[in-house]
Amino acid sequence: MSDRPADLRVHDFEEVDSGIPAEEAIAEAARCLQCKKPACVDGCPVGIDIPGFIRCIEDGDFRSAIGIIKESNMLPAVCGRVCPQEVQCEGECILGVKDKPIAIGSLERFLADWERENGIEIPELAEKRSERIAVVGSGPAGLTAAAELARNGFSVTIFEAFHEPGGVLTYGIPEFRLPKEVVQAEISEVKRLGVEIRTNYLVGRSLPVEELLSYDAIILATGAGLPAFMGIPGENQIGVYSANEFLTRVNLLHADAFPHHDTPVKKGRSVVVIGGGNVAMDAARVAKRMGADVTLVYRRRREDMPARLVEAHHAEEEGIRFLCCTNPTRILGEGTVTGVEVVSMDMCELDDSGRPSAKPIPGSEYIIPADVVIEAIGQSPNPLLIRMIEGLVREKKGNLLVDESGKTTVPKIYAAGDVATGAATVILAMGAAKTAADAVCRMLTEE
Amino acid sequence: MYTITAASALAENVYEAWISAPHVSRHAEAGQFLVLRIDETGERIPLTISGVDGDLVRIIFMTVGTTTRKLAALKKGDTILDVVGPLGQPTEVKRYGTCVLVGGGVGIACLPIIAKALKTAGNTVIGIIGARNKDLLILEDEMQSVCDELIITTDDGSYGIKGFAAGPLKEICETRPPDAVWVIGPAIMMKVTSGVTKPFGIRTFVSLNPIMVDGTGMCGSCRVVVGGETRFACVDGPEFDAHEVNFDLLMSRQRFYTDEEKESAAHHTGGCGCGGHH
Ligand SMILES: Cc1cc2nc3c(=O)[nH]c(=O)nc-3n(C[C@H](O)[C@H](O)[C@H](O)COP(=O)(O)OP(=O)(O)OC[C@H]3O[C@@H](n4cnc5c(N)ncnc54)[C@H](O)[C@@H]3O)c2cc1C
Ligand SMILES: Cc1cc2nc3c(=O)[nH]c(=O)nc-3n(C[C@H](O)[C@H](O)[C@H](O)COP(=O)(O)OP(=O)(O)OC[C@H]3O[C@@H](n4cnc5c(N)ncnc54)[C@H](O)[C@@H]3O)c2cc1C
Ligand code: SF4
Ligand code: SF4
Ligand code: FES
Repeated sequence: MSDRPADLRVHDFEEVDSGIPAEEAIAEAARCLQCKKPACVDGCPVGIDIPGFIRCIEDGDFRSAIGIIKESNMLPAVCGRVCPQEVQCEGECILGVKDKPIAIGSLERFLADWERENGIEIPELAEKRSERIAVVGSGPAGLTAAAELARNGFSVTIFEAFHEPGGVLTYGIPEFRLPKEVVQAEISEVKRLGVEIRTNYLVGRSLPVEELLSYDAIILATGAGLPAFMGIPGENQIGVYSANEFLTRVNLLHADAFPHHDTPVKKGRSVVVIGGGNVAMDAARVAKRMGADVTLVYRRRREDMPARLVEAHHAEEEGIRFLCCTNPTRILGEGTVTGVEVVSMDMCELDDSGRPSAKPIPGSEYIIPADVVIEAIGQSPNPLLIRMIEGLVREKKGNLLVDESGKTTVPKIYAAGDVATGAATVILAMGAAKTAADAVCRMLTEE
Repeated sequence: MYTITAASALAENVYEAWISAPHVSRHAEAGQFLVLRIDETGERIPLTISGVDGDLVRIIFMTVGTTTRKLAALKKGDTILDVVGPLGQPTEVKRYGTCVLVGGGVGIACLPIIAKALKTAGNTVIGIIGARNKDLLILEDEMQSVCDELIITTDDGSYGIKGFAAGPLKEICETRPPDAVWVIGPAIMMKVTSGVTKPFGIRTFVSLNPIMVDGTGMCGSCRVVVGGETRFACVDGPEFDAHEVNFDLLMSRQRFYTDEEKESAAHHTGGCGCGGHH
């Protein structure tokens, strides 16, 4: 890892981690023990042959190395950058017990970047088939499923409601963590496989359900885009955003470049971000880059934060103040935000999951002045399309009910990614998409 | 890319355009809207679908800021980068009996398509359209052709009845109470006018116009409070029960970017940014 200095990077949106050079990758690869029973592979949700690709790096055979990764992971440039490696592959690496685990994510990213510079090899396509498949949503799940099915010869169309494909990779995760050029390259690759992407298409509206059902198979990859609000007083005032709105305005519509781009955003002098996940970190760091003084309020302890370790670390380096064990009780102001009242939380008792449950300490309320408040407290599947399709069963949090192959309760319809799991991770969405694509393939070829 | 097939001025600062967007036009119903983005640096803005003809959709808009001004400058043959729709819940069209449709200013643009749908469903439709003065009144002929009866008001009395649309609406409620009413226009006009039907207990709909981004329910920018509950106007609306809407909140949230809008106007016109004319 080679991070640009914090005092420099808070003034721009360029990538924080500039990657490693080939010599460093080879040296890192040489540290790998090439375990017979590699624990790292168990930690990777898509089971990449990690020692396999690391050996190729050590031999300097980058072309074969990236080939191995791509057998299980369509978007290595993305996963190498955004996977929570510390609880997945790297978290399991045997070297981590005594020393530092192998920097598997960095190596994966190195290979993907190397491939982008040296020409991407297009995989062999199976013979063209007549079946038409509709994929709804162009996030990591949709892109992966589409690519997999196109490779198998099917005619695949992705429908995307936004004007640009990529899902969260485009509108959510900021440039300084995942350059848009990287996302664009991955999308072009999917297009080169013959996948058609129709943007500005809201399925359920632009494409009515009857027409959707005329496809031979359907993969719902609509994500978990519905933002939750806390439901505390003062939330509808000017200056209060969902993280989704704030990030979309900046990442998709370039409000940071207002007025050269027409979309505005309140940049804020004192910004309070509520939450402790990746979304909260991204919102906080974006606000910081637009010049605000940023406080992040999280109701549990620092070590309970669900964000990737490195993101929380980067955020702190960049001068974002963390107020842990603190929860907002109301947002102050008379139409426009002036502050947030918060209460300190007691973290004694453990809840069912073994995490300490947070309870407000009466009388500990105090006020943090703020002119912008961003809520990043969670997202659930957008019910718009799901409600329109008769027979789809939803679980408690609005997640689509699917079996282990991704099949929903309606024939021909499969689902993958956040729409089935609730807000999760890129790699899980891709893993599920691959499984669903394989199942669709079997369904259509074995008929 | 979506091509503009016709563009014209309807009144001072009010323009009409037809855009070729089959994916929107083919499934559009009364009461729905679209979101467009003119070019790479453009903002996404919502506009009502005010007419449909084959692959074409019509928009009618008032120039109030950067995007609507850019839009007004486009001519036949020019293109718009992005158009998504149809969005929002369609108008609840059914057989009510007698319906009154009230439009204020550019809000009149929403009415003909709703009037047609209600008419087809077997209702008697009375239209009331109001503007500040005669020159600002739009769609009179079109409304005349779809309504069983049309009442016109102008604030200054330069045409039709002098005063606000609320006047004739009240009279109708008193003398021959209708079964359902729609009031569409600026927020303040909807607040005041829909207040008229409340004491009579007449079902009244308004079409809310908060600031939107995606129009698909994923940002919450469009949140409004109806019956004490937070709703997303782009997916739960835009039409809501008028007597349950918190209009003051709507108006407050419409002023979210007042400063930025001035800055944007100044940037684009090189002028004072007062939101004046081009
Ligand atoms: C700010 C942020 C930061 C994150 N950081 C990380 C991270 O560091 N690491 C990590 O692993 N994960 C991270 N995540 C989570 C990860 O991005 C998601 O788990 C992943 O994107 C889910 O992929 P998906 O394809 O299921 O859905 P999405 O990426 O949400 O894509 C769904 C797409 O479907 C479209 N859509 C929805 N409904 C319709 C419809 N009816 N018609 C047409 N199109 C429709 C949407 O517009 C969207 O583009 C982050 C999420 C956010 C929001
Ligand atoms: C469902 C819906 C339907 C609409 N239909 C019509 C229509 O048929 N004709 C018409 O003239 N106007 C309509 N509007 C309002 C129209 O969207 C705004 O006038 C337009 O966005 C202004 O953009 P601007 O850049 O020209 O002005 P700005 O300078 O950005 O803003 C001027 C005013 O427009 C409002 N506004 C700004 N951005 C938005 C936005 N993204 N969404 C909504 N309002 C915004 C602000 O409250 C402000 O008061 C509708 C709004 C909604 C929500
Ligand atoms: S995909 Fe993610 S978990 Fe798997 S090896 Fe790569 S970085 Fe690790
Ligand atoms: S567990 Fe660590 S050392 Fe062992 S193969 Fe995996 S990366 Fe190499
Ligand atoms: S405009 Fe984003 S949720 Fe309605």
